[in-house]
Amino acid sequence: MPEKLEQLKQVVEDILSQARSQGASAAEAGVSATNGIATTVRLGETETIEHNSDNGMGITVYFGQRKGSASTTDLSPEAIKQTVEAACHIARFTTDDPYSGLANAEEMLAEQPDLDLYHPWDITVDQAIDLALACETAALETDSRIQNSEGASLNTARGFHVYGNSHGFLGAYPSTRHSLSCSVLAQDGNSMQRDYWYDTSRLPEQLATPESIGKKTAERTLARLNPRKLKTRTVPVIFRSDVAPSLLRSFINAIRGSSLYRKSTFMLDKLGQQVFPEHITISENPLLAQGLGSSAYDSDGVATRARKIVENGILNSYVLDAYSSRKLGMANTGNAGGVRNLSISQSDKTFDDLLREMQTGLVVTEMMGQGVNPVTGDYSRGAAGFWVENGEIQYPVDEITIAGNLRDMFSMLSFTGNDTDNPGSIKTGSWLVEKMTIAGD
Amino acid sequence: MPTSLALATQAILEPACLDDKHLEQIMGGLLSRQVDYADIYFQSSKVESWVLEDGIIKEGNFNIEKGAGLRAVSGEKTGFAYIDEIEMPSLLEAANTACAIARAGQHKSQPISNQTVSPNLYQPINPLGTMEQSQKIELLRSLDAQARKQDPRVSQVIVSLVAVHDTVLIYSNSGHLSSDVRPLVRVNVSVIVEDKGRREQGSSGGGARTGLDYFLEQDRALGFARKAVQQALVNLEAVSAPAGMMPVVLGSGWPGVLLHEAVGHGLEGDFNRKGTSAFSGRMGEKVASDLCTVVDDGTLENRRGSLNIDDEGIASENTVLIENGILKGYMQDTMNARLMKTRSTGNGRRESYAHLPMPRMTNTYMLAGQSDPEEIIRSVDKGLFAVNFGGGQVDITSGKFVFSASEAYLIEKGKITHPVKGATLVGDGPEVMTQISMVGNDLELDSGVGVCGKEGQSVPVGVGQPTLKIDNLTVGGTDA
Repeated sequence: MPEKLEQLKQVVEDILSQARSQGASAAEAGVSATNGIATTVRLGETETIEHNSDNGMGITVYFGQRKGSASTTDLSPEAIKQTVEAACHIARFTTDDPYSGLANAEEMLAEQPDLDLYHPWDITVDQAIDLALACETAALETDSRIQNSEGASLNTARGFHVYGNSHGFLGAYPSTRHSLSCSVLAQDGNSMQRDYWYDTSRLPEQLATPESIGKKTAERTLARLNPRKLKTRTVPVIFRSDVAPSLLRSFINAIRGSSLYRKSTFMLDKLGQQVFPEHITISENPLLAQGLGSSAYDSDGVATRARKIVENGILNSYVLDAYSSRKLGMANTGNAGGVRNLSISQSDKTFDDLLREMQTGLVVTEMMGQGVNPVTGDYSRGAAGFWVENGEIQYPVDEITIAGNLRDMFSMLSFTGNDTDNPGSIKTGSWLVEKMTIAGD
Repeated sequence: MPTSLALATQAILEPACLDDKHLEQIMGGLLSRQVDYADIYFQSSKVESWVLEDGIIKEGNFNIEKGAGLRAVSGEKTGFAYIDEIEMPSLLEAANTACAIARAGQHKSQPISNQTVSPNLYQPINPLGTMEQSQKIELLRSLDAQARKQDPRVSQVIVSLVAVHDTVLIYSNSGHLSSDVRPLVRVNVSVIVEDKGRREQGSSGGGARTGLDYFLEQDRALGFARKAVQQALVNLEAVSAPAGMMPVVLGSGWPGVLLHEAVGHGLEGDFNRKGTSAFSGRMGEKVASDLCTVVDDGTLENRRGSLNIDDEGIASENTVLIENGILKGYMQDTMNARLMKTRSTGNGRRESYAHLPMPRMTNTYMLAGQSDPEEIIRSVDKGLFAVNFGGGQVDITSGKFVFSASEAYLIEKGKITHPVKGATLVGDGPEVMTQISMVGNDLELDSGVGVCGKEGQSVPVGVGQPTLKIDNLTVGGTDA
């Protein structure tokens, strides 16, 4: 493992020196190599065994304020040479941009902490298949209405990542990621439904058991059978915790530097203002040990840090990188490449408490389509879920849309639940939003 | 002009010093166990892209992707390995790894026979070199200027230009060596307009399998700039979309994305072999109104979704999916065709050498009907006229689909009145097809912008349709 990182570090240093000798005034390069296996079983039989091996190198060169970029999957010396030359050639045709360039030297990560992201799984293909089989079998055996399957998959991958730039910064770390997923179909009369579940982790021993994933897959699928449509109306809506991350992603997109300098967001000029109710705090924790989104430096090499993006409902800071912070005349927040390990504050209410709080309304468990307008915040998406009356789930619903405006949805977020145990790098409970428009019959 | 096979050999095999004997040796490795089908997919892909923003050429990028994917299929099992460096030791090792899925045994490999009969739906050119760099920059600047001079309310213009030079070489256990050189170009203009504090966006673009001069012909790219501004200005005037069930008229061209979502995916062979599609087991049944004939046609010249051969070396076809409302055919790749005891329709596609092929659409569209488009609008008392869409999604099992209009109008008493914003259409694929009551005589294909995603793999596709009327569809707006 250390040899691989050392080898990639050498590649990055070579690339940077080639850029220098081509006359670039500054340069940055990233190299990564990942490999792993992905196995899928279906209806008790092996379906695919994939051996993955992905290499990639990307370089950006600066000639003063002009820049050029190039990338390759071929890491042979010849291909690397061509790629550096291509980036330099591109830079002859771009325009001087006063805001372009590397991040400021003093913002580079000084010392790299060990975030404990590397836990390889020495598993044979046969063992991987057995785990996937156990998962699918658990799903198939749950109920006689589970009659078909799209299969279960076990994936494991290890990766080595190096980034360096001409400030002399050179960051490197290894990481692993393992996941187990399942998807089955349930049939009851004319109604056929499909759903899935999964878990993913840096550590193999932290994955949920195959049986629990299979069983949860089956339960989620069965619950969708025989859905009804709803009449068009305005009601409160609960976004179940497995779909709520999508709302947080829409929020982050709206406060991203590029959306702000393009004035292409409904969150323009909202810094210091109340955008969520007072009980909401949204945090980023990039240095979380073993975290799925963790990294000590961003893709500009800037040190990342834990911070509160929203505190007591007030927008504390935007999501900026070197370029957008310069362009907006603000401090860099170390978010080149996105936000890392996002979480939202939670109340002490369980999911069932939220149902009782809502009394009558819709639980959304799936959203479809791209009906989010980032400029205006207008939100209109296809949805499936459950109808709730007297604080209890009554029946599944689908073929409806939910519509509103993200600005209103954020400010009408009455409660977030404590059901935050979903896989993934975003931690959120379910959201109870005061009202949205449902379109149906 | 050299043949695609000569070009592919030159781009892929020669730099690695590989010849027919080496290929046969690798295939021998893949066939060292009991496999039904095996192939080696070599790819060399170069992509150049440029972005203009704030009036300056802000980004330029050049990307090289090169590698080989090796696949061994035994019954319903697939073994797959891929490599980024094309060289004998890695290829042999990958062959060994891929075939480990099959039982011990041996199949004899066939000697190589070149398959040079592939049609010429597009020229085997490198589109990156069809224009000088300075001309590409000039084109971007002219689109920026065109958009800005349309209206003083235009506050932001982003123009992008992408050229792809994709070369593939496919060698299957039948001994066939086939190749394709696939040019692909694309331009997009997106704008933001601002008026009295209100901001809206619009975008337009197009592309084809040809050289970059395509954009200069017939004022094409300047047209994208004008259209993007026009769409944004329409949205500036738009009122909230209605909510509820109503008749919906879909415009010609890109709104064909409805067919792609509502029926296209459900007719892909893999879902039907596995019985997971809402259309499974319905061959020969009535699944749409009599007015509907839908095809998947990969053989249209220079179209974005067209292919001389698919990614398994099979020639593209024009496949009738639905004829006068009756389900006639599925789209197949080699493996699903074999398991369903039929033949491949040339729909085996993959994003790259690092992905497995599966049945995918090419250009999917509905044939023209009899109605005058104006007569279709006149027939609606109160409903929606949707002329442009962002994107869509389908759950092939339940058949439920969704797609979002980026430009739509109210129809009141047979006349197009206000523009509306935020309209999302949701429905049931098999159900919506039976609700089509009028089909226009104005078949049009989209401008060459479609990207289809399936199981994490993206491929370029085309869609199209004439103007058509759906009697009842749920429109999801905020105006209940």
